[in-house]
Amino acid sequence: MSATPAASASAVAPRHDLSSASSTHLTRARLVSVLTALTILLIASALIAVSFGSAHISLVRAFTDSASPDHAIFYGARLPRVLMGIAVGAVLAAVGAALQALVRNPLAEGGILGISGGGALGAIIALVMFARLGGGEATVPLCAFGAALLSTVAVYRLALVDGQLEPFTLLLVGVIFNAFWGAAIMLVNSVVNFYYAHSILFWLMGSLEAPTYREVEIVAGLGLVGFAVLMYHARDLNLLSLGDESAAELGVDVDALRRLIFVATSVMIGAAVSVSGIISFVGLIVPHMLRLAFGADHRLLLPASLIGGAAFMVFADLVARVAIAPAEIPVGAITALCGGPFFIFMLRREAKRPFSL
Amino acid sequence: MSAASIETTTPTVPAMRAHAIHAGYPGVPVLHGVSLQVLSGEMLAIVGPNGAGKSTLLKVLNGSMIPTGGTVELFGKSIVSIPRRDLARTIASVGQENAVAFRFTVLEIVLMGRAPHLGAFHFESPHDLEIASSALDRFGLLHLAGRHIQELSGGERKRVFLARALAQQPRVALLDEPTAFLDLKHVAEILARFRELCVDAAMAVVATMHDLNAAALYADRVLLLKDGATVAYGTPAEVLTADHLQRVYETDVYVGRNPSTGALMILPAAIAAPTRNFAD
Repeated sequence: MSATPAASASAVAPRHDLSSASSTHLTRARLVSVLTALTILLIASALIAVSFGSAHISLVRAFTDSASPDHAIFYGARLPRVLMGIAVGAVLAAVGAALQALVRNPLAEGGILGISGGGALGAIIALVMFARLGGGEATVPLCAFGAALLSTVAVYRLALVDGQLEPFTLLLVGVIFNAFWGAAIMLVNSVVNFYYAHSILFWLMGSLEAPTYREVEIVAGLGLVGFAVLMYHARDLNLLSLGDESAAELGVDVDALRRLIFVATSVMIGAAVSVSGIISFVGLIVPHMLRLAFGADHRLLLPASLIGGAAFMVFADLVARVAIAPAEIPVGAITALCGGPFFIFMLRREAKRPFSL
Repeated sequence: MSAASIETTTPTVPAMRAHAIHAGYPGVPVLHGVSLQVLSGEMLAIVGPNGAGKSTLLKVLNGSMIPTGGTVELFGKSIVSIPRRDLARTIASVGQENAVAFRFTVLEIVLMGRAPHLGAFHFESPHDLEIASSALDRFGLLHLAGRHIQELSGGERKRVFLARALAQQPRVALLDEPTAFLDLKHVAEILARFRELCVDAAMAVVATMHDLNAAALYADRVLLLKDGATVAYGTPAEVLTADHLQRVYETDVYVGRNPSTGALMILPAAIAAPTRNFAD
């Protein structure tokens, strides 16, 4: 009933049916189809991974003859190894996606920001100290979590300049933290006895060697708790892309959200690091690929990273196991060999045109 | 609780009222006792030179900055007593900085305006989509709905953010320089769209502006600030006088009437300074 011609024109203008164009925004149907496809990919990669290894085994015999060596290799080595790959990959990729949203930087990642390094130092100190004094099995992941949280908060605080988070300053602070934690770990390595030296090397390289079912349970359990927190705030993470101020004006308690995500991601990284050491770049490569393919909405990106990260890690670990069999490459070396060039490519892209990918 | 808990129906209660606002940053006071009120269906323009405190005043009005003195009321309720999400359902703000991290589409950005109305696990309903598409339509952006925000021009991006604010279905819109860096056509269009919203949706609009002629054309009331204090506050004809403007902008100003429309017209006059020879 407006008198202005512009208003009446817009009132009779044909409505574009946006609901049919699902590529322009996230719909429940798209969420379900993408996650289903990724789950199929994960199952396929897990099946391939349990079928191959340095020893040739028959899956049929493994399932039917519990006295056979095939059975022992399958349940004792292959299965826990693949399950651990699933748990660690899922955790690292989901954490990467959440941290990127929080700092509005697609190059952020637990390994790159030095958070995994802090967690590893915490785990090592716990291992060395409490193995002598005695402590529960929770001590190592707990110390890894504490140290990861400390690293997260420190890196974030130190990268803030006049209340602004400058993207490249953040990455540089991460680089320095990595170097610092690496040096601290080497220091611990040189003062403890030889018995621990292998474990410490293992943490520095990042490996899924010889996990127990109990370790899988710990990573999966803590990972899922942390992931539930991230998922509950998926929409808030979308709003953070508009900037802290705009997010607050849309109803997000930004400071509380940041604290919560810091704790959740530190729990997840602490759990992953305490069993597998520093595996970098998974949290960078996986969310980036998925964002490119399926869009930036975190309600899809977070669960997609969880499943996609699991599949990626299972594949990377398969390569680590079979490439130079019977010897093994630490899986952290595989991910870094892929991730290094990938990071440089993205860094140059971001420097030229931010968020052009 | 819900938006309904903020009483928005009584016409005598101003949509927004600020009384004797003092505010600033640590060690840097910016505002010195500024008061204003805006009714539903009214547009208030805040004008003044750079550094007058216009953006700071908007931050106080939208609740993101706590004033060191004075009170802000939204429909008669103190703004500090209103929960963040209720506030987001009542006030929509559009700042000057509109950078977006990650490749969201235009429609996704506008749908973010629905967030204060939705639960954590709710997907946008067809109703939300309809609100977003009509907001896009109002700013002539429907054809860009599927484009990534980074691919748009500065002017298009600005309109996307205004559309996002509209999708919030606010009772009050607080706009910081909504027409900065836009061409003549889009300045007129955007302000006309907000005028429509004042009339059709009884929205109260508060906008900071540099363009005095735009303020004169579209605003019901004008607040003229200098150095964080009110110089004049009232209708455009009362506020935008040669005397006031010369005092505030420290340059000669000509205020007349557009001979074809009768609208207020403000031009730099530069009586005292050397100019071109106009004798020819």
